[in-house]
Amino acid sequence: MTKNSGLWYQMREIVVETGEIALFARRFFREVFNPPYEFRELLKQSYIIGNKSIFLVATTGFIMGLVLTLQTRPTMSQFGAEAWMPAMVGISIVREIGPVITALICAGKIGSSIGAELGSMKVTEQIAAMEVSGTNPFKYLVITRVVAATLMVPLLVIIADGVALTGSYLVEHVKGNVSMQLYFSQVFRNITFGDLVPATVKTFFFGFAIGIVGCYKGYTSKKGTAGVGRAANSAVVVSSLFLFIIDFIAVLIADIFFEL
Amino acid sequence: MEDNNRLIQIRDLCKAFGENKVLDHFNLDLHAGENLVLVGKSGSGKSVLLKCMVGLMEYDSGSLQVLGQEIRGMGQYELDKLRTDIGFLFQGSALYDSMTVRENLSFPLRRHPEKIAGASEDDLIQEALENVGLAHAIDLLPEELSGGMQRRIALARTIILKPRIILYDEPTSGLDPITAKEIIHLILEIQQLYHTAALIITHDMDCARVISNRMIILLNGTNYAEGTFQELQTNQDPQVRAFFK
Repeated sequence: MTKNSGLWYQMREIVVETGEIALFARRFFREVFNPPYEFRELLKQSYIIGNKSIFLVATTGFIMGLVLTLQTRPTMSQFGAEAWMPAMVGISIVREIGPVITALICAGKIGSSIGAELGSMKVTEQIAAMEVSGTNPFKYLVITRVVAATLMVPLLVIIADGVALTGSYLVEHVKGNVSMQLYFSQVFRNITFGDLVPATVKTFFFGFAIGIVGCYKGYTSKKGTAGVGRAANSAVVVSSLFLFIIDFIAVLIADIFFEL
Repeated sequence: MEDNNRLIQIRDLCKAFGENKVLDHFNLDLHAGENLVLVGKSGSGKSVLLKCMVGLMEYDSGSLQVLGQEIRGMGQYELDKLRTDIGFLFQGSALYDSMTVRENLSFPLRRHPEKIAGASEDDLIQEALENVGLAHAIDLLPEELSGGMQRRIALARTIILKPRIILYDEPTSGLDPITAKEIIHLILEIQQLYHTAALIITHDMDCARVISNRMIILLNGTNYAEGTFQELQTNQDPQVRAFFK
Protein backbone atom coordinates (compact mmCIF):
# COMPACT_ATOMS: atom_id res chain seq x y z
CA MET A 1 0.00 0.00 0.00
CA THR A 2 1.45 3.39 -0.95
CA LYS A 3 1.63 6.36 1.37
CA ASN A 4 -1.19 8.16 -0.49
CA SER A 5 -3.67 5.32 -0.67
CA GLY A 6 -4.69 5.01 2.98
CA LEU A 7 -8.26 5.77 4.02
CA TRP A 8 -7.07 8.32 6.57
CA TYR A 9 -4.98 10.13 3.92
CA GLN A 10 -7.90 10.20 1.48
CA MET A 11 -10.30 11.52 4.12
CA ARG A 12 -7.80 14.21 5.05
CA GLU A 13 -7.48 15.18 1.37
CA ILE A 14 -11.28 15.50 1.08
CA VAL A 15 -11.43 17.74 4.16
CA VAL A 16 -8.53 19.88 2.93
CA GLU A 17 -10.06 20.26 -0.52
CA THR A 18 -13.48 21.14 0.90
CA GLY A 19 -11.79 23.81 3.03
CA GLU A 20 -9.95 25.20 0.01
CA ILE A 21 -13.16 25.35 -2.02
CA ALA A 22 -14.83 27.17 0.91
CA LEU A 23 -11.99 29.72 0.95
CA PHE A 24 -12.29 30.10 -2.82
CA ALA A 25 -16.06 30.71 -2.40
CA ARG A 26 -15.36 33.24 0.36
CA ARG A 27 -13.07 35.14 -2.02
CA PHE A 28 -15.90 35.05 -4.58
CA PHE A 29 -18.35 36.68 -2.13
CA ARG A 30 -15.77 39.27 -1.11
CA GLU A 31 -15.10 40.35 -4.68
CA VAL A 32 -18.43 39.86 -6.46
CA PHE A 33 -19.99 43.15 -5.30
CA ASN A 34 -16.87 45.31 -5.71
CA PRO A 35 -16.20 47.18 -8.96
CA PRO A 36 -15.01 46.91 -11.67
CA TYR A 37 -17.83 44.75 -13.03
CA GLU A 38 -17.15 42.64 -16.11
CA PHE A 39 -20.69 42.81 -17.59
CA ARG A 40 -19.58 42.09 -21.14
CA GLU A 41 -17.79 38.89 -20.10
CA LEU A 42 -20.75 37.92 -17.87
CA LEU A 43 -23.13 38.20 -20.84
CA LYS A 44 -20.72 36.20 -23.02
CA GLN A 45 -20.40 33.44 -20.42
CA SER A 46 -24.18 33.37 -19.84
CA TYR A 47 -24.68 32.95 -23.57
CA ILE A 48 -22.05 30.21 -23.79
CA ILE A 49 -23.37 28.29 -20.77
CA GLY A 50 -27.05 28.68 -21.69
CA ASN A 51 -26.94 28.39 -25.43
CA LYS A 52 -24.44 25.56 -25.69
CA SER A 53 -26.22 23.41 -23.09
CA ILE A 54 -29.81 23.95 -24.16
CA PHE A 55 -29.96 21.23 -26.83
CA LEU A 56 -28.43 18.58 -24.57
CA VAL A 57 -30.62 19.56 -21.62
CA ALA A 58 -33.79 19.64 -23.74
CA THR A 59 -33.05 16.26 -25.35
CA THR A 60 -32.36 14.66 -21.97
CA GLY A 61 -35.50 16.26 -20.53
CA PHE A 62 -37.64 14.95 -23.37
CA ILE A 63 -36.32 11.39 -22.97
CA MET A 64 -36.68 11.68 -19.18
CA GLY A 65 -40.39 12.54 -19.52
CA LEU A 66 -40.99 9.80 -22.10
CA VAL A 67 -39.22 7.07 -20.11
CA LEU A 68 -40.70 8.02 -16.74
CA THR A 69 -44.23 7.88 -18.15
CA LEU A 70 -43.64 4.67 -20.12
CA GLN A 71 -42.14 2.92 -17.09
CA THR A 72 -44.74 3.95 -14.51
CA ARG A 73 -47.89 3.73 -16.64
CA PRO A 74 -48.27 -0.09 -16.46
CA THR A 75 -48.02 -0.09 -12.67
CA MET A 76 -50.47 2.80 -12.32
CA SER A 77 -52.86 0.96 -14.70
CA GLN A 78 -52.80 -2.12 -12.45
CA PHE A 79 -54.26 0.02 -9.67
CA GLY A 80 -56.62 1.87 -12.01
CA ALA A 81 -54.78 5.10 -11.28
CA GLU A 82 -53.98 6.29 -14.84
CA ALA A 83 -55.81 9.53 -14.08
CA TRP A 84 -53.08 10.34 -11.57
CA MET A 85 -50.29 10.01 -14.14
CA PRO A 86 -49.98 13.75 -14.99
CA ALA A 87 -49.89 14.70 -11.30
CA MET A 88 -47.36 12.02 -10.39
CA VAL A 89 -45.05 12.69 -13.32
CA GLY A 90 -45.40 16.48 -12.93
CA ILE A 91 -44.51 16.47 -9.23
CA SER A 92 -41.62 14.02 -9.77
CA ILE A 93 -40.14 16.10 -12.54
CA VAL A 94 -40.59 19.52 -10.98
CA ARG A 95 -39.53 18.56 -7.47
CA GLU A 96 -36.62 16.23 -8.03
CA ILE A 97 -35.87 14.53 -11.33
CA GLY A 98 -35.77 17.67 -13.49
CA PRO A 99 -33.45 19.73 -11.26
CA VAL A 100 -31.10 16.87 -10.32
CA ILE A 101 -30.73 15.29 -13.77
CA THR A 102 -30.32 18.68 -15.45
CA ALA A 103 -27.78 19.78 -12.84
CA LEU A 104 -25.81 16.56 -13.31
CA ILE A 105 -25.74 17.14 -17.06
CA CYS A 106 -24.63 20.72 -16.48
CA ALA A 107 -21.91 19.50 -14.10
CA GLY A 108 -20.63 17.28 -16.92
CA LYS A 109 -20.88 19.89 -19.63
CA ILE A 110 -20.33 23.24 -17.92
CA GLY A 111 -18.15 22.12 -14.98
CA SER A 112 -15.70 20.20 -17.14
CA SER A 113 -15.58 22.94 -19.74
CA ILE A 114 -14.82 25.65 -17.14
CA GLY A 115 -12.24 23.40 -15.43
CA ALA A 116 -10.46 22.61 -18.68
CA GLU A 117 -10.56 26.19 -19.98
CA LEU A 118 -9.19 27.81 -16.83
CA GLY A 119 -6.74 24.94 -16.31
CA SER A 120 -5.37 25.43 -19.79
CA MET A 121 -5.15 29.21 -19.25
CA LYS A 122 -3.28 28.58 -16.01
CA VAL A 123 -0.64 26.24 -17.46
CA THR A 124 -0.06 28.45 -20.52
CA GLU A 125 0.41 31.48 -18.21
CA GLN A 126 -2.59 33.34 -19.66
CA ILE A 127 -3.90 33.98 -16.15
CA ALA A 128 -0.49 35.34 -15.11
CA ALA A 129 -0.49 37.51 -18.25
CA MET A 130 -3.83 39.01 -17.20
CA GLU A 131 -2.47 39.69 -13.74
CA VAL A 132 0.67 41.46 -14.97
CA SER A 133 -1.41 43.62 -17.30
CA GLY A 134 -3.05 45.04 -14.15
CA THR A 135 -6.30 43.09 -14.49
CA ASN A 136 -7.81 41.02 -11.70
CA PRO A 137 -8.16 37.57 -13.35
CA PHE A 138 -10.37 36.34 -10.50
CA LYS A 139 -12.96 38.97 -11.37
CA TYR A 140 -12.69 38.48 -15.10
CA LEU A 141 -12.57 34.69 -15.19
CA VAL A 142 -14.07 33.32 -11.97
CA ILE A 143 -16.79 35.76 -10.94
CA THR A 144 -18.27 35.99 -14.42
CA ARG A 145 -18.40 32.21 -14.85
CA VAL A 146 -19.81 31.48 -11.40
CA VAL A 147 -22.52 34.16 -11.72
CA ALA A 148 -23.37 32.96 -15.23
CA ALA A 149 -23.68 29.34 -14.06
CA THR A 150 -25.78 30.41 -11.04
CA LEU A 151 -28.20 32.28 -13.30
CA MET A 152 -28.29 29.88 -16.25
CA VAL A 153 -28.73 26.50 -14.52
CA PRO A 154 -32.18 27.45 -13.11
CA LEU A 155 -33.27 28.56 -16.59
CA LEU A 156 -32.02 25.29 -18.08
CA VAL A 157 -33.89 23.35 -15.39
CA ILE A 158 -37.14 25.19 -16.22
CA ILE A 159 -36.65 24.38 -19.92
CA ALA A 160 -35.83 20.73 -19.14
CA ASP A 161 -38.94 20.47 -16.92
CA GLY A 162 -41.13 21.91 -19.68
CA VAL A 163 -39.72 19.58 -22.33
CA ALA A 164 -39.96 16.56 -19.99
CA LEU A 165 -43.64 17.28 -19.33
CA THR A 166 -44.18 17.57 -23.09
CA GLY A 167 -42.54 14.16 -23.56
CA SER A 168 -44.73 12.72 -20.85
CA TYR A 169 -47.84 14.25 -22.45
CA LEU A 170 -46.97 12.63 -25.79
CA VAL A 171 -46.93 9.16 -24.17
CA GLU A 172 -50.21 9.86 -22.38
CA HIS A 173 -51.74 11.12 -25.61
CA VAL A 174 -50.67 8.03 -27.58
CA LYS A 175 -51.40 5.45 -24.88
CA GLY A 176 -54.37 7.03 -23.09
CA ASN A 177 -55.75 9.48 -25.65
CA VAL A 178 -55.38 12.33 -23.14
CA SER A 179 -55.75 15.86 -24.55
CA MET A 180 -53.04 18.48 -24.03
CA GLN A 181 -55.41 20.76 -22.10
CA LEU A 182 -56.47 17.97 -19.74
CA TYR A 183 -52.91 16.75 -19.22
CA PHE A 184 -51.41 20.14 -18.36
CA SER A 185 -54.39 21.28 -16.28
CA GLN A 186 -53.96 18.09 -14.20
CA VAL A 187 -50.23 18.79 -13.85
CA PHE A 188 -50.62 22.41 -12.73
CA ARG A 189 -53.59 21.67 -10.45
CA ASN A 190 -51.44 19.30 -8.41
CA ILE A 191 -48.19 21.26 -8.31
CA THR A 192 -48.18 23.47 -5.23
CA PHE A 193 -46.13 26.43 -4.03
CA GLY A 194 -44.27 23.99 -1.78
CA ASP A 195 -43.25 21.92 -4.80
CA LEU A 196 -42.15 24.82 -6.94
CA VAL A 197 -40.26 27.19 -4.64
CA PRO A 198 -37.74 24.83 -2.97
CA ALA A 199 -37.13 23.08 -6.29
CA THR A 200 -36.37 26.39 -8.01
CA VAL A 201 -34.29 27.84 -5.17
CA LYS A 202 -32.05 24.80 -5.00
CA THR A 203 -31.22 25.10 -8.70
CA PHE A 204 -29.46 28.42 -7.98
CA PHE A 205 -27.29 26.56 -5.46
CA PHE A 206 -26.69 23.81 -8.03
CA GLY A 207 -25.52 26.41 -10.55
CA PHE A 208 -23.30 28.08 -7.97
CA ALA A 209 -21.74 24.73 -6.95
CA ILE A 210 -21.03 23.79 -10.58
CA GLY A 211 -19.47 27.20 -11.30
CA ILE A 212 -17.39 27.49 -8.15
CA VAL A 213 -16.02 23.91 -8.28
CA GLY A 214 -15.23 24.17 -12.03
CA CYS A 215 -13.46 27.50 -11.52
CA TYR A 216 -11.60 26.30 -8.41
CA LYS A 217 -10.33 23.19 -10.18
CA GLY A 218 -9.22 25.12 -13.26
CA TYR A 219 -7.82 28.14 -11.45
CA THR A 220 -5.68 26.04 -9.14
CA SER A 221 -4.68 23.39 -11.66
CA LYS A 222 -1.02 22.31 -11.62
CA LYS A 223 1.43 19.96 -13.28
CA GLY A 224 1.12 20.92 -16.94
CA THR A 225 -1.26 19.49 -19.50
CA ALA A 226 -1.97 16.38 -17.41
CA GLY A 227 -3.21 18.74 -14.71
CA VAL A 228 -5.71 20.24 -17.17
CA GLY A 229 -7.28 16.82 -17.76
CA ARG A 230 -7.38 16.17 -14.02
CA ALA A 231 -8.96 19.59 -13.42
CA ALA A 232 -11.75 18.88 -15.92
CA ASN A 233 -12.35 15.39 -14.59
CA SER A 234 -12.37 16.26 -10.91
CA ALA A 235 -14.56 19.32 -11.58
CA VAL A 236 -17.28 16.91 -12.72
CA VAL A 237 -16.77 14.40 -9.90
CA VAL A 238 -16.62 16.95 -7.07
CA SER A 239 -19.46 19.14 -8.35
CA SER A 240 -21.70 16.04 -8.85
CA LEU A 241 -21.01 15.04 -5.25
CA PHE A 242 -21.81 18.58 -4.08
CA LEU A 243 -25.09 18.49 -6.04
CA PHE A 244 -26.29 15.44 -4.12
CA ILE A 245 -25.29 16.99 -0.79
CA ILE A 246 -27.07 20.26 -1.66
CA ASP A 247 -30.12 18.30 -2.82
CA PHE A 248 -30.22 16.35 0.44
CA ILE A 249 -30.00 19.55 2.51
CA ALA A 250 -32.62 21.27 0.31
CA VAL A 251 -35.07 18.39 0.79
CA LEU A 252 -34.55 18.47 4.57
CA ILE A 253 -35.16 22.24 4.70
CA ALA A 254 -38.18 22.02 2.38
CA ASP A 255 -39.59 19.29 4.57
CA ILE A 256 -39.37 21.57 7.61
CA PHE A 257 -40.95 24.61 5.93
CA PHE A 258 -43.40 23.05 3.49
CA GLU A 259 -44.16 19.68 5.12
CA LEU A 260 -43.58 17.63 1.95
CA MET B 1 25.02 55.79 -14.27
CA GLU B 2 23.20 58.11 -11.89
CA ASP B 3 20.96 56.76 -9.16
CA ASN B 4 17.91 58.72 -10.33
CA ASN B 5 18.07 56.67 -13.53
CA ARG B 6 17.66 53.46 -11.55
CA LEU B 7 14.35 51.79 -12.42
CA ILE B 8 14.81 48.51 -10.56
CA GLN B 9 16.90 48.03 -7.44
CA ILE B 10 17.29 44.64 -5.81
CA ARG B 11 19.24 44.14 -2.61
CA ASP B 12 19.90 40.86 -0.79
CA LEU B 13 16.87 39.18 -2.31
CA CYS B 14 16.22 35.68 -0.99
CA LYS B 15 13.70 33.13 -2.15
CA ALA B 16 13.57 29.45 -1.26
CA PHE B 17 11.23 26.58 -2.04
CA GLY B 18 11.56 24.39 1.04
CA GLU B 19 15.24 23.57 1.38
CA ASN B 20 16.02 24.72 -2.15
CA LYS B 21 17.39 28.29 -2.09
CA VAL B 22 16.89 29.69 -5.60
CA LEU B 23 17.82 33.29 -4.79
CA ASP B 24 20.41 33.87 -2.08
CA HIS B 25 21.19 37.55 -1.35
CA PHE B 26 20.83 38.46 -4.99
CA ASN B 27 21.51 42.06 -6.10
CA LEU B 28 20.61 43.86 -9.31
CA ASP B 29 20.18 47.37 -10.69
CA LEU B 30 18.42 48.22 -13.94
CA HIS B 31 18.89 51.73 -15.28
CA ALA B 32 16.84 53.76 -17.75
CA GLY B 33 17.51 52.87 -21.38
CA GLU B 34 19.58 49.84 -20.45
CA ASN B 35 19.31 46.30 -21.80
CA LEU B 36 20.38 43.99 -19.00
CA VAL B 37 20.69 40.29 -19.82
CA LEU B 38 20.45 37.68 -17.09
CA VAL B 39 21.80 34.22 -17.84
CA GLY B 40 21.80 31.15 -15.67
CA LYS B 41 21.25 27.41 -15.71
CA SER B 42 17.74 25.96 -15.94
CA GLY B 43 16.08 26.07 -12.53
CA SER B 44 18.50 28.70 -11.26
CA GLY B 45 15.68 31.09 -10.33
CA LYS B 46 15.66 33.48 -13.29
CA SER B 47 11.92 33.22 -13.96
CA VAL B 48 11.23 33.31 -10.22
CA LEU B 49 13.09 36.63 -10.09
CA LEU B 50 10.94 38.08 -12.88
CA LYS B 51 7.77 36.89 -11.16
CA CYS B 52 8.87 38.54 -7.91
CA MET B 53 9.41 41.81 -9.81
CA VAL B 54 5.78 41.96 -10.96
CA GLY B 55 4.30 40.65 -7.71
CA LEU B 56 3.30 37.27 -9.12
CA MET B 57 5.40 35.59 -6.46
CA GLU B 58 6.41 36.68 -2.98
CA TYR B 59 10.06 36.79 -1.93
CA ASP B 60 11.26 35.70 1.49
CA SER B 61 13.53 38.59 2.42
CA GLY B 62 15.53 41.47 1.01
CA SER B 63 14.44 44.53 -0.89
CA LEU B 64 12.95 44.71 -4.39
CA GLN B 65 12.10 48.20 -5.60
CA VAL B 66 10.55 48.87 -9.00
CA LEU B 67 10.24 52.54 -10.03
CA GLY B 68 11.04 53.46 -6.45
CA GLN B 69 8.31 51.33 -4.89
CA GLU B 70 8.93 48.30 -2.71
CA ILE B 71 6.93 45.38 -4.14
CA ARG B 72 6.39 43.61 -0.83
CA GLY B 73 3.40 44.94 1.05
CA MET B 74 1.91 46.84 -1.88
CA GLY B 75 -1.88 46.97 -2.04
CA GLN B 76 -3.63 45.39 -5.04
CA TYR B 77 -4.59 48.78 -6.50
CA GLU B 78 -1.04 50.18 -6.26
CA LEU B 79 0.41 46.95 -7.64
CA ASP B 80 -1.99 46.95 -10.62
CA LYS B 81 -1.10 50.59 -11.31
CA LEU B 82 2.63 49.81 -11.16
CA ARG B 83 2.16 46.82 -13.44
CA THR B 84 0.97 49.10 -16.24
CA ASP B 85 4.50 50.55 -16.28
CA ILE B 86 6.05 47.08 -16.58
CA GLY B 87 5.66 45.00 -19.72
CA PHE B 88 6.14 41.25 -19.43
CA LEU B 89 6.81 39.02 -22.43
CA PHE B 90 6.13 35.43 -21.41
CA GLN B 91 8.19 32.51 -22.64
CA GLY B 92 5.19 30.86 -24.31
CA SER B 93 3.70 34.19 -25.48
CA ALA B 94 0.60 33.61 -23.25
CA LEU B 95 -1.83 35.10 -25.76
CA TYR B 96 -5.48 34.74 -24.72
CA ASP B 97 -6.46 31.94 -27.06
CA SER B 98 -10.21 32.62 -27.02
CA MET B 99 -9.64 36.18 -28.25
CA THR B 100 -8.58 37.60 -31.61
CA VAL B 101 -5.38 39.61 -31.94
CA ARG B 102 -7.43 42.83 -31.73
CA GLU B 103 -9.13 41.66 -28.51
CA ASN B 104 -5.79 40.56 -27.04
CA LEU B 105 -4.45 44.07 -27.57
CA SER B 106 -7.57 45.91 -26.47
CA PHE B 107 -7.81 43.86 -23.24
CA PRO B 108 -5.22 45.89 -21.25
CA LEU B 109 -6.32 49.17 -22.88
CA ARG B 110 -9.95 48.77 -21.77
CA ARG B 111 -8.91 48.12 -18.20
CA HIS B 112 -6.55 51.09 -18.10
CA PRO B 113 -8.25 53.90 -20.04
CA GLU B 114 -6.07 56.41 -18.16
CA LYS B 115 -3.11 55.12 -20.19
CA ILE B 116 -4.80 55.94 -23.51
CA ALA B 117 -4.77 59.71 -22.78
CA GLY B 118 -7.24 60.78 -25.47
CA ALA B 119 -5.92 58.49 -28.23
CA SER B 120 -8.32 56.13 -29.95
CA GLU B 121 -8.12 52.45 -29.00
CA ASP B 122 -8.09 51.40 -32.66
CA ASP B 123 -5.21 53.75 -33.46
CA LEU B 124 -3.12 52.39 -30.59
CA ILE B 125 -3.77 48.80 -31.62
CA GLN B 126 -2.91 49.60 -35.22
CA GLU B 127 0.28 51.42 -34.16
CA ALA B 128 1.42 48.53 -31.92
CA LEU B 129 0.75 45.98 -34.67
CA GLU B 130 2.57 48.06 -37.28
CA ASN B 131 5.56 48.33 -34.94
CA VAL B 132 5.82 44.53 -34.84
CA GLY B 133 5.05 44.20 -38.57
CA LEU B 134 1.77 42.31 -38.20
CA ALA B 135 -0.96 44.85 -38.95
CA HIS B 136 -2.63 42.36 -41.30
CA ALA B 137 -3.13 39.79 -38.50
CA ILE B 138 -5.54 41.95 -36.50
CA ASP B 139 -8.58 39.69 -36.86
CA LEU B 140 -6.80 36.34 -36.55
CA LEU B 141 -6.95 34.02 -33.56
CA PRO B 142 -3.68 32.98 -31.84
CA GLU B 143 -4.09 29.41 -33.13
CA GLU B 144 -3.91 30.78 -36.69
CA LEU B 145 -0.48 32.33 -36.06
CA SER B 146 2.98 30.74 -36.23
CA GLY B 147 5.20 30.66 -33.10
CA GLY B 148 7.18 33.70 -34.31
CA MET B 149 4.00 35.65 -35.09
CA GLN B 150 2.58 34.80 -31.67
CA ARG B 151 5.75 36.14 -30.04
CA ARG B 152 5.43 39.38 -32.07
CA ILE B 153 1.77 39.81 -31.10
CA ALA B 154 2.68 39.16 -27.46
CA LEU B 155 5.32 41.89 -27.80
CA ALA B 156 2.70 44.22 -29.30
CA ARG B 157 0.44 43.51 -26.31
CA THR B 158 3.38 44.16 -23.98
CA ILE B 159 4.14 47.60 -25.46
CA ILE B 160 0.58 48.79 -25.96
CA LEU B 161 0.42 50.43 -22.52
CA LYS B 162 3.80 52.07 -23.25
CA PRO B 163 5.63 50.61 -20.24
CA ARG B 164 8.88 52.06 -18.90
CA ILE B 165 10.39 48.62 -18.28
CA ILE B 166 9.99 45.41 -20.28
CA LEU B 167 10.80 42.02 -18.78
CA TYR B 168 11.54 39.33 -21.34
CA ASP B 169 11.37 35.68 -20.24
CA GLU B 170 13.37 33.72 -22.84
CA PRO B 171 12.14 35.76 -25.82
CA THR B 172 13.73 33.48 -28.42
CA SER B 173 13.08 30.06 -26.90
CA GLY B 174 11.27 27.58 -29.13
CA LEU B 175 11.90 29.63 -32.28
CA ASP B 176 14.01 28.71 -35.31
CA PRO B 177 17.31 30.66 -35.63
CA ILE B 178 16.00 33.00 -38.34
CA THR B 179 12.83 33.91 -36.46
CA ALA B 180 14.85 34.23 -33.26
CA LYS B 181 17.11 36.81 -34.98
CA GLU B 182 14.03 38.70 -36.18
CA ILE B 183 12.69 38.82 -32.62
CA ILE B 184 16.08 40.02 -31.30
CA HIS B 185 16.13 42.90 -33.79
CA LEU B 186 12.51 43.66 -33.04
CA ILE B 187 13.34 43.96 -29.33
CA LEU B 188 16.10 46.46 -30.19
CA GLU B 189 13.76 48.46 -32.45
CA ILE B 190 11.08 48.52 -29.77
CA GLN B 191 13.59 49.74 -27.21
CA GLN B 192 14.67 52.62 -29.46
CA LEU B 193 11.10 53.49 -30.37
CA TYR B 194 9.60 53.39 -26.88
CA HIS B 195 12.77 54.29 -24.88
CA THR B 196 12.26 51.40 -22.48
CA ALA B 197 14.68 49.62 -20.20
CA ALA B 198 14.73 45.85 -20.56
CA LEU B 199 15.66 42.90 -18.40
CA ILE B 200 16.09 39.88 -20.61
CA ILE B 201 16.39 36.30 -19.42
CA THR B 202 17.89 34.06 -22.03
CA HIS B 203 19.99 31.00 -22.74
CA ASP B 204 20.65 32.25 -26.24
CA MET B 205 24.15 33.75 -26.29
CA ASP B 206 23.60 35.22 -29.76
CA CYS B 207 20.65 37.07 -28.31
CA ALA B 208 22.74 38.21 -25.32
CA ARG B 209 25.58 39.40 -27.57
CA VAL B 210 23.35 41.51 -29.80
CA ILE B 211 20.98 42.90 -27.17
CA SER B 212 22.93 43.36 -23.95
CA ASN B 213 24.56 46.50 -22.62
CA ARG B 214 25.40 44.54 -19.49
CA MET B 215 25.10 40.93 -18.35
CA ILE B 216 24.69 39.14 -15.05
CA ILE B 217 25.37 35.45 -14.55
CA LEU B 218 23.06 33.98 -11.94
CA LEU B 219 24.66 31.01 -10.21
CA ASN B 220 23.73 29.37 -6.92
CA GLY B 221 21.19 32.13 -6.31
CA THR B 222 23.75 34.95 -6.45
CA ASN B 223 25.05 37.32 -9.12
CA TYR B 224 28.17 35.26 -9.75
CA ALA B 225 29.62 37.49 -12.45
CA GLU B 226 28.72 40.80 -14.00
CA GLY B 227 29.99 42.85 -16.94
CA THR B 228 29.59 43.46 -20.64
CA PHE B 229 29.27 40.51 -23.03
CA GLN B 230 32.88 40.94 -24.12
CA GLU B 231 34.15 41.11 -20.53
CA LEU B 232 32.36 37.94 -19.53
CA GLN B 233 33.33 36.17 -22.74
CA THR B 234 37.00 36.68 -21.91
CA ASN B 235 36.56 35.82 -18.22
CA GLN B 236 38.81 32.93 -17.19
CA ASP B 237 36.51 31.51 -14.50
CA PRO B 238 35.51 28.00 -15.67
CA GLN B 239 31.90 28.45 -14.45
CA VAL B 240 31.59 31.65 -16.50
CA ARG B 241 33.32 30.15 -19.52
CA ALA B 242 30.84 27.26 -19.47
CA PHE B 243 28.09 29.65 -20.57
CA PHE B 244 30.03 30.71 -23.67
CA LYS B 245 30.95 27.25 -24.96
